[in-house]
Amino acid sequence: MASGQQWVLVEMVQAFYEAPAYHLILEGILILWIIRLLFSKTYKLQERSDLTDKEKEELIEEWQPEPLVPPVSKDHPSLNYNIVSGPPSHKITVNGKECINFASFNFLGLLDNERVKNKALASLTKYGVGTCGPRGFYGTFDVHLELEDRLAKFMRTEEAIIYSYGFATIASAIPAYSKRGDIVFVDEAACFSIQKGLQASRSFLKYFKHNDMEDLERLLKEQEIEDQKNPRKARVTRRFIVVEGLYMNTGDVCPLPDLVRLKYKYKVRIFLEESLSFGVLGEHGRGVTEHFGVNIDDIDLISANMENAVASIGGFCCGRSFVIDHQRLSGQGYCFSASLPPMLAAAAMEALNIMEEDPDIFVVLRNKCKHMHKALQGISGLKVVGESFSPAFHLQLEKSSGSREADVKLLRAIVDYCMDRKIALTQARYLDKEERFLPPPTVRVVVTVEQTEDELELAASLIKEAAQTILK
Amino acid sequence: MTESAANKPENGEGCYRSANGLKPGQNGCVKHHYLYQQRQKKYCYPEDQVHHVACNGGMYKRPFNESFEETPMIVAVLTYMGYGILTLFGYLRDFMREWKIEKCHIARERDEQKDFVPLYQDFENFYTRNLYMRIRDSWNRPICSVPGAKFDLVERVSHDYNWTFKYTGKVVKDVINMGSYNYLGFAENTGICADAAADVTTKYGVGVASTRQEMGNLDRHEDLEKLVAKFLGVESAMAFGMGFATNSMNIPALAGKGCLILSDELNHASLVLGARLSGSTIRVFKHNNMQSLEKLLRDAIVHGQPRTHRPWKKILILVEGIYSMEGSIVRLPEVIALKKKYKAYLYLDEAHSIGALGPSGRGVVDYFGLDPKDVDIMMGTFTKSFGAAGGYIGGRKELIDYLRSHSHSAVYATSMSPPVVEQIITSMKCIMGEDGTTIGRDRVQQLAENTTYFRRKLQEMGFIIYGNSDSPVVPMMLYMPAKIGAFGREMLKRNIGVVVVGFPATPIIESRARFCVSAAHTKEMLDTALNVISEVGDLLQLKYSRHGLIPLLDRPFETTYEENED
Repeated sequence: MASGQQWVLVEMVQAFYEAPAYHLILEGILILWIIRLLFSKTYKLQERSDLTDKEKEELIEEWQPEPLVPPVSKDHPSLNYNIVSGPPSHKITVNGKECINFASFNFLGLLDNERVKNKALASLTKYGVGTCGPRGFYGTFDVHLELEDRLAKFMRTEEAIIYSYGFATIASAIPAYSKRGDIVFVDEAACFSIQKGLQASRSFLKYFKHNDMEDLERLLKEQEIEDQKNPRKARVTRRFIVVEGLYMNTGDVCPLPDLVRLKYKYKVRIFLEESLSFGVLGEHGRGVTEHFGVNIDDIDLISANMENAVASIGGFCCGRSFVIDHQRLSGQGYCFSASLPPMLAAAAMEALNIMEEDPDIFVVLRNKCKHMHKALQGISGLKVVGESFSPAFHLQLEKSSGSREADVKLLRAIVDYCMDRKIALTQARYLDKEERFLPPPTVRVVVTVEQTEDELELAASLIKEAAQTILK
Repeated sequence: MTESAANKPENGEGCYRSANGLKPGQNGCVKHHYLYQQRQKKYCYPEDQVHHVACNGGMYKRPFNESFEETPMIVAVLTYMGYGILTLFGYLRDFMREWKIEKCHIARERDEQKDFVPLYQDFENFYTRNLYMRIRDSWNRPICSVPGAKFDLVERVSHDYNWTFKYTGKVVKDVINMGSYNYLGFAENTGICADAAADVTTKYGVGVASTRQEMGNLDRHEDLEKLVAKFLGVESAMAFGMGFATNSMNIPALAGKGCLILSDELNHASLVLGARLSGSTIRVFKHNNMQSLEKLLRDAIVHGQPRTHRPWKKILILVEGIYSMEGSIVRLPEVIALKKKYKAYLYLDEAHSIGALGPSGRGVVDYFGLDPKDVDIMMGTFTKSFGAAGGYIGGRKELIDYLRSHSHSAVYATSMSPPVVEQIITSMKCIMGEDGTTIGRDRVQQLAENTTYFRRKLQEMGFIIYGNSDSPVVPMMLYMPAKIGAFGREMLKRNIGVVVVGFPATPIIESRARFCVSAAHTKEMLDTALNVISEVGDLLQLKYSRHGLIPLLDRPFETTYEENED
């Protein structure tokens, strides 16, 4: 058998020698042809769209971009700001008129507190104003460390981290944990900074109806069924619920105990935004967890700003070290931004001192809120939206006049009416096109501890009067 | 300067092309520079280039010296080996932690939540756990004084290899500060700025507790914005409470779906985030590479949007004035020429360059002697040169009106703190000379002198320095991961505070130290710092450069801006 094969081989070689030259050349060409067919693409991708340079020049010449920004009409409702001269405290001068402030979120009246100012001044004399660097590169001051420590102790959590800008706090915290492919369950009424944080996270978003736990549970159940279909994916898909303590857009409080129950039932983590409720709710001002008596360790992350009750600048997140520490390298607004000016941190610290020394301040605030809330009931044409213990709540038109623009105009007339009579109010402002679920137009009323009962009564009766004259 | 002289004919040739063959602004020169960079990785424009200036319409009035010396091969190999060893040991120690041979310091999940989906992927923290943790003491060093030319550090020690720090209660006094972005030395606790800020604190308090659109628009904010507009030479300006957010919250107001954003590959995280939030298509061009930018522009206009082939609504180019990790200065004249040719819009982030560049401290536009009107969106921060916090955007009145009504920041974020505003107003007036002194101008001048001196000395010592010769941000290459920590520690031991950076802030092999020169540094301080750097450089063998510069002893200590006035 072996010799047979050898014979064939010898024969082949012989044939090769004997074959005429033209035959060999032909076969060679054929082989090359086959190789070419094997290695060349069968079609060319861009053959059709090849443009000559001249055509390209023409296209470039032809292209006209849109203007950088569309023109804004001179009387755009949000173009002309109110000008506040002097401090924006209890007595405020708006457009030259002295008013009582029912618009700034200065709930505890700490904005022009002498003690706070003195601490800020002392810090200014020691550190100057700016920090000239991010936290990583010599922008960490001893004041920052102390404030973080104090905030953690105040909230009774393991750790706190401070940001230099309230808006950036939750907007940076969410994308530090929730990534592409993760699922976030979020309340429809969530404020804008949450929405931006979610957008930056590129996670999969599921909106549930405002404060509707049944709707949330329905979504969670749906997800559970989905997970059973694909358990491998489910094992790595993180899920979060993002809610606010007191909602900026509605003045409602979130049903936290129910949320915690759902958290353990469906194994979802809770992120809680407490910008309005921190320093307001609870016996010691610890916010909505204290208000409901929920164990703070059950909440994975709490974020709040120090721009409302604390009346400084900046924000913080707190929770367990396991969670919070991660932001020190992953929180974009923390790593890549200059740190909080030390004098503002010192002011926030003194505000915490005042809150700790005198927890009665929260009772006073709550009573005033209730008082105002009650006084504003029963105005024809306007309804009060929000909890009775919320220091920032909304007045909404009972019946919309049909278009948002007309509503805004009516409410503006009410605000102007009050402003002329020394009560400074403001409409809640939104970016109509950017909001996921645009809240209805409202006037926001802010109650602070500095407002006397007479002033509350005065404001309420003025608003009533305004509604009667304008809404008819 | 020897190299630049040698390259002169080439430059001339490049310009000839643009003069003869193509229309002005057609970027014959641009192409040429690109090739040049490819070949030499070093930009040099001869000082006496009258010819050059004439033929491309005065693109560069100053010599543009920018260098990125290539990494020596042996160093690159050793660096990769370093990372390899660290990674191997990382796995080993992870294994030991897993089996409880080594004590684990990492914070753990609560027991109640052990059955939740893990919050972090295991590999996510591998780098942090095994590489960063070894040299963590070089970052986040707490300071307890003004971040001026010298500062005091809070002493801290770690007994568990950087997992936790203990404060000893002692203070390391008078450390020379080469890390803070205090370019003009306005980080001060005495003087006019601090006094003005103190007055305002007493009058206004520190907070505002409302947004600009609602009840937080103070008269001081309006004053600041008028001043900023005047300073920049633009029609109108708006200020925001945080520099990072100025980018991330305003770019979405300017671009949206159907728009194209062309972004430099080394742009800051805030620009990247802003671009991403805007929902536009983002394309990235090579760092400061005009040919890459032009190609993207051409392709974008010719081909339109992907799939639909509709023309783009608008094209926005995002660049920075000084790149904070490279120390390079944007090639602004060429960017403007391209932007005009292709009808794109230009967003210029002057976070590091405002105050720090230009004969009158007006930033990179001033530095190149250009018209601020050619830049559509002038953005910058107050954190650095002004010693305050926040950011601004300046431009045409229509732009600012639009932002006032549509910026996320104006509607939803608390406005700036009054004392911070006052610090900016006072320091800016000082730079403009409106306070009746020449302090501001002198500081701008001093910074330019310090920068040239410091950069030149480092180069002479044989370090590899990145970036433009006029940039006060001075990155010095360390390369190897072990040297990051070693350099930071050795410098601190000798009472100099420096910033060291490694991956992921830089490419993996290009770890570096970064010095920020300040006008507040005296010549003695710089000399002390330079001596120490040289000493540590010898100790750690950091003098990698093979382009030896001979010290020019006869060269006087000259002022940079005057040398080109003629």
